[in-house]
Amino acid sequence: MSDRNDHRTTEGAGRVSTEKSTATASDAAGAEAPLLELRDLHVFYGAIEALKGINLSVRTGEVVALLGANGAGKSTTLQTASGMIAPRQGGVLLHGERVDGIASHELVRFGIGHVPEGRRVFARMSVLENLHMGAYRFKRPDPRDLERVFHLFPRLAERRKQVAGTLSGGEQQMLAIGRALMGKPELLLLDEPSMGLAPLIVQQIFDILKEINEQGTTLLLVEQNASRALQLANRGYVLETGEMVMEGPAGELLADPRIRAAYLGEHVEAEHS
Amino acid sequence: MTAIDNTSTTGAPGPTGSKRAAEAARLRRTAWYSHPRFKRLVALMGVALVGAQVTGEQGTNRDIFHALRENMTGPGLWLWVGACLLIWVVREFLRAPVANAWSTARRAGTGPAERARTVWRRDPRLRMLALTALLVFLVVLPFLVSRHWQQVLVDQIAIYVLLAIGLNVVVGWAGMLDLGFIAFFAIGAYSAAFWTGSLPVAPPFELNNFAVIPIAVITCLVAGVLLGAPTLRLRGDYLAIVTLGFHEIVYLMAKNWVEFTGGTRGASVDRFSIDLGFFSYQWGLDPRPYYWLQLGFIVALLVLFIRLEHSRVGRAWTAIREDEVAAAATGVDTVRFKLLAFAIGASTSGVAGVVYASKLGFINSEFFIVLFSVLVLSYVIFGGMGSIPGVLLGTAILIWLPEFLRDTVPAQDRYMYLGALLVIMMIYRPQGLWPSRRRVRELHMAEEGTATRAMPAAGGRPATTGGDTPS
Ligand SMILES: Nc1ncnc2c1ncn2[C@@H]1O[C@H](COP(=O)(O)OP(=O)(O)OP(=O)(O)O)[C@@H](O)[C@H]1O
Ligand SMILES: [Mg+2]
Repeated sequence: MSDRNDHRTTEGAGRVSTEKSTATASDAAGAEAPLLELRDLHVFYGAIEALKGINLSVRTGEVVALLGANGAGKSTTLQTASGMIAPRQGGVLLHGERVDGIASHELVRFGIGHVPEGRRVFARMSVLENLHMGAYRFKRPDPRDLERVFHLFPRLAERRKQVAGTLSGGEQQMLAIGRALMGKPELLLLDEPSMGLAPLIVQQIFDILKEINEQGTTLLLVEQNASRALQLANRGYVLETGEMVMEGPAGELLADPRIRAAYLGEHVEAEHS
Repeated sequence: MTAIDNTSTTGAPGPTGSKRAAEAARLRRTAWYSHPRFKRLVALMGVALVGAQVTGEQGTNRDIFHALRENMTGPGLWLWVGACLLIWVVREFLRAPVANAWSTARRAGTGPAERARTVWRRDPRLRMLALTALLVFLVVLPFLVSRHWQQVLVDQIAIYVLLAIGLNVVVGWAGMLDLGFIAFFAIGAYSAAFWTGSLPVAPPFELNNFAVIPIAVITCLVAGVLLGAPTLRLRGDYLAIVTLGFHEIVYLMAKNWVEFTGGTRGASVDRFSIDLGFFSYQWGLDPRPYYWLQLGFIVALLVLFIRLEHSRVGRAWTAIREDEVAAAATGVDTVRFKLLAFAIGASTSGVAGVVYASKLGFINSEFFIVLFSVLVLSYVIFGGMGSIPGVLLGTAILIWLPEFLRDTVPAQDRYMYLGALLVIMMIYRPQGLWPSRRRVRELHMAEEGTATRAMPAAGGRPATTGGDTPS
């Protein structure tokens, strides 16, 4: 955490103002800019290059899946998009505006919600307090948002007084998503929402993600469960050791033999048994 | 429960067949003495021994075993052992009926304590009344105690309470371990000395002690931010070391920069005084006026801090303490709020330093050794991190105890009993004397074995004990 922040303050801050003008110019010239665009992104952990110049875009209203093996750099991509890590080179654009170098807590106000890997609920706060924290950027939480979350996740409504750390893994995941929704995100970044959950709960979560998307939130989804993710998504990307090796409509990826071999083989069989 | 854990840890290659069964049986069998009931008995016997030693004959320099021999054979020991046995028997064997009656009363909400509690919760006027009564009691307290205890109240309890409520913001609320807290106390004290013209170096203009307070606050804020800005990104243990180092720098400057601070020889400081033209007052040797002044500071700061805790700032601190990454992801500026907590703690410590120097009328570098940082931290932990009533109570009790023991045991032994109390407390009540609601939750979670699940990715330190150092 510490040196990432340092990167941000030393490398990022200056660039935003200088290159903003060019970004807006291209925005005015071209058609409408995608909601999120990652342009030639290079991210380093010390001397290790975790992302080697990747490009990715998410248009308003879409669901985009990001697939890849362990350690491919998926989480790094999401963390860069939400401002937790600053790229050494390349840009993160939101509606065509450069936003890399802006701290993550500020980016929340730009409408980016991040459900981090491993849920990370506030273990000693109650469910309700967690949800209220999710709306931290507002003076007070919007009761309609709360209602919406409880409607999406009735389990959370039942357990609103329970301490979050005592929730089951699936419930914690629901809480993590609900907490992010409380901040009224335009774009929700989800890092492996199905990690460690039973198939039935995974199905529930994906159904709810679909509903969230239909209600107007754009989703960028990192998943190991490639078949489920591609069924939900409009488009998909495949990342391999820091490089984007494939992209295309979700249906095509789902049919692609290379994808089937690399990411689906196991999953498909597992689901049939 | 423990037995099952044991078998799972010895699992790996494992013995086979009947050997494995025998091994499992051995590990599952709980020895009688490890039953919690007998652990409690042993603890109580320990209490009896210590109690007999405290209340009995005290040692002499000629024969170090004199006191032990006298006390461990005399009737005092049997009195203590008998009393503790009685407590144990009542607790272990006559407990069920008592507990039953208690819990049914609680569930029905008819018990006297329960009824009082609901009334207390429902009626804010009652709470105000109680607080006012407490305040009145605290105001008249110096009239009720001897001169010696007035001194204790002013020189120790009030000063340490000021320090403890400041440290509580840093440790209890923002969850940062600060071991250099007394450095800011020193900065405050030397600010008072400098600006009242008491140090070997003359200030540009002399100020009244009260006017020094804002200056000391600003000095400590600046020092706190200078130290905090680069280091608050560090976590737990690292921050503790950095603050410790900072304390050492400040302390050595106070000690060795003799031409500025007076070093170990010290410097005398003017006492508090007011001169408003039509009204003037000079604080002198009577401790009581200082006490009321300190009480004013404490109450003012408490009102401020409690308001802060219940605001967005307090919620941000809680979130940071729980999970910094998640806090940032929900829009909390973690660095800024940590810096804020650190600066608030530092300036509170600075105020305490000014008050301390202006009361004693003399300071030297040895007033600011690192031991005092540790003491303040232990007061906060003993009382209950993050809980204002706990911190106040904890500080008062831990300062009262050695003073009280002064009459019964040799002076140099007093801190040994304090240490024993701390050890016992951390074993049997790690959440502190009067814990905050969240600490209680934490402990319940640990008891139910869910704490490890609660933080899967938080870096492997399960929240099992409330007394654990915050990270
Ligand atoms: N803080 C860090 N310091 C150093 N290296 C890191 C750090 N975080 C990630 N990495 C490295 O960067 C690479 C990409 O990691 P990342 O977490 O983005 O992978 P991932 O695709 O999310 O994998 P998984 O599916 O296992 O979650 C890995 O090689 C990892 O070891
Ligand atoms: Mg990952």
